[in-house]
Amino acid sequence: MTSRMKNSVVKYFKDNIGIIIALLLMCVFLVIFPTTRTTFLTPKNVFNILRQNASNLFLATGMTMVIILGGIELSVGSVIALSGCVAAGCVVNLGLPEIVGFAAAIGVGALVGMFNGFVICKTNIPPFIVTLASMNIAKGIALVYTQGAPIRCMTDAFKFPGAGYIGPVPTPVVLMIAIFIIAVLIVNRTQLGRHIYAVGGNAQAAQFSGINVQKVKFIVYTYTGIMSGIAGIIVASRLYSGQPTAGDGAEMDAIAAVVVGGTSMSGGSGRLGGTLIGVLIIGVLNNGLNLMGVDSNWQYIVKGVVILLAVYVDFIRNRKAGR
Amino acid sequence: MSEQYLLEMKGISKSFPGVKALQNVGLQLRAGEVHALLGENGAGKSTLIKVLGGIYHAEEGEIYVEGQKVRIDSVAAARLAGVSIVHQELVLVPYMTVAENIFLGREPGSRFNIHRAKMTEEAQKLLDAYEMNIDADALVEQLTIAQQQMVEIVKAISFQSKILVMDEPTSSISDKEVGFLFETMRMLTKKGVGIIYISHKMSELEEICDRVTVMRDGQTVGTREVKTTKKDDLIALMVGRELTNYYTRDYQEPGEVILKCEHISDGKMVKDASFELRKGEIIGFAGLVGAGRSETMKAIFGLTPHMTGDVYVNGQKVHIRTPVEALKYRIALVPESRKEEGLYRVQSVRFNSTIEVLGQFIRNLRVDVKKEEEITQKYIDLMATKTPSQEQIIGNLSGGNQQKVMIGRWLATDPQILILDEPTRGVDVGAKAEIYAIMNELVKKGMSIIMISSELPEIINMSDRVYVMNEGRVTGCLDHESVTQEAIMQLAAK
Repeated sequence: MTSRMKNSVVKYFKDNIGIIIALLLMCVFLVIFPTTRTTFLTPKNVFNILRQNASNLFLATGMTMVIILGGIELSVGSVIALSGCVAAGCVVNLGLPEIVGFAAAIGVGALVGMFNGFVICKTNIPPFIVTLASMNIAKGIALVYTQGAPIRCMTDAFKFPGAGYIGPVPTPVVLMIAIFIIAVLIVNRTQLGRHIYAVGGNAQAAQFSGINVQKVKFIVYTYTGIMSGIAGIIVASRLYSGQPTAGDGAEMDAIAAVVVGGTSMSGGSGRLGGTLIGVLIIGVLNNGLNLMGVDSNWQYIVKGVVILLAVYVDFIRNRKAGR
Repeated sequence: MSEQYLLEMKGISKSFPGVKALQNVGLQLRAGEVHALLGENGAGKSTLIKVLGGIYHAEEGEIYVEGQKVRIDSVAAARLAGVSIVHQELVLVPYMTVAENIFLGREPGSRFNIHRAKMTEEAQKLLDAYEMNIDADALVEQLTIAQQQMVEIVKAISFQSKILVMDEPTSSISDKEVGFLFETMRMLTKKGVGIIYISHKMSELEEICDRVTVMRDGQTVGTREVKTTKKDDLIALMVGRELTNYYTRDYQEPGEVILKCEHISDGKMVKDASFELRKGEIIGFAGLVGAGRSETMKAIFGLTPHMTGDVYVNGQKVHIRTPVEALKYRIALVPESRKEEGLYRVQSVRFNSTIEVLGQFIRNLRVDVKKEEEITQKYIDLMATKTPSQEQIIGNLSGGNQQKVMIGRWLATDPQILILDEPTRGVDVGAKAEIYAIMNELVKKGMSIIMISSELPEIINMSDRVYVMNEGRVTGCLDHESVTQEAIMQLAAK
């Protein structure tokens, strides 16, 4: 048993060695670099990185499954805005307890996911188009509902998921670990997980294999919707408000993390373990650039280049391995 | 002074990570001959052709065209050297016209002003010159597979190449079209073109080829004159051993009726198909392409939404609406087209072997890896699949070994009725013989097999009874004592 665990740890490092080295190099650089030497490797900053990227990890776990499935999901960013506004609105406008607001937020996420899944299964419209549409719709609903203004909500209970602590550890970090473990279990240790790879690898063959292709798709899109809903709660809680503009471009960060993590956009293959590193790379990159005081406009350019480099290195490595 | 060949390849070596695909391979092609390249899947034929076509770069070796050493390091360089290849997989652009495809990348006119009318006219001239009844203005996606194949060939010819390579051009076209293709090939050889011809069909060899070079395990094992060489000798060269029994079949008295289908229809291709299958027998399904054989099986297997008719399993009337339900009645279907309907190409042999039986080793958030490895190994051994490891990506295996994994995958579900749709398509002779032997073993153990096949010798030699279909109907059933090719063809056209 222990040797098997050791094997899987060794395999994990072997599979992801390229991006793990990239992540370590970035960290080493930030520890040495004069302006970040004293600020980067402090417990406060490390928790900060994790806290800020918890929402991206939620999105990216769902996105990994969607991309393995051969699809794409663009509405996750808008769901962050919508579900955050719904959570805050329930508390502030309707006077409901925070927990109900959070449940409603998750429900909204699930609804958008189910909508995506339903349309994708019942029509031949490509996921890109379907989720592009629902991205706009969800965003529009959030703007209409809030009339464009943030809904402030300063109660302690509301702040807990995003800005609170469990012991010394920030709540979102605890949630992030829990969610990640759940996702890994689903993908690696259930029949559903295998079915996701099968449908993404060859949907027609999956049908011949007696896999309910539509059901698998529906579940994965719904799951991703729920994850976006939770991400929305974390973001709103951290900002003490439901903001209709929150989560702008979050879908792109999630896709970037998945791709940097080595999941192929053509579907059928990919690992959540890689996505975790991908999220951390994007997180450390953002944090490092901020600490170094790089102009935010330039940050986009650097980020774009790093994404391209990371994927290119992986591509070269896979070609050498003959995969 | 040695003979000057049209094409000579010398000492070609090429490796892929972990595999030596070609080892010191040589090939000589004369002008005006059809030269067959024979070998089992994975012997290195396709790799050799890709080296010649500039798709792969050989690490060692030299290529001479008409005595001149040439360097082929790109597809363009290959064309310049006079080499054209008709690949096994069609590489036409479906949403463009025939003419656009033929002239793709070398359209007449200037860069920004393509002379469409001229292009269409020239394409039509070419098509007519070879008496192909194809409209140059038609979209490629509207053509049949056979017509697309012909367009590929015209395209290859239109480069004025001296050397033409055809990689299994007859695998998806009808007999009539094959005859036509051979006609065209003879016309070309008269003009001095040298043709390298890859095929698994021995009968074609005698008909069209002058010489044959046999490859095995990445090496050339010999070149022979077709006229003076016996078929058995060639097969022995290919597999490296004598194949004493190509077809293995021990006939036995079949048991009770296990599957009975009456008036099956799917509202489209299948109109009225009735047949029965008994325990421990193999029934063959013969017929022309499009006769509705595969569709009948899909309907029974629960893959068709509007299926009508009655199905009885073990005397009990059943309604099978999904493949999951079919599996419950222990029916398994190995589909016709491996690539589209069977393989998960980017996944491992193990993933591909166990996808049907996940319930046997994934339970309560636990994956019993050992059990999974055992299941995989069991069917690798049973099917004698050649793979470096269970982790091997299946897309890298040869067609024969992929097919073995496919059959193993379905055997793992422990079926009582196994439906094999074209089980030996794209499979080399050695693996074919092995698959026949395994089928024989399975029925001896009490399994019942339905085999759809377009290869008549296979149907005739393996089946207890042969059902023949035409236009969605079963037109007759022949006993294995009375079955002949002529009898089948008569029923197939009835």
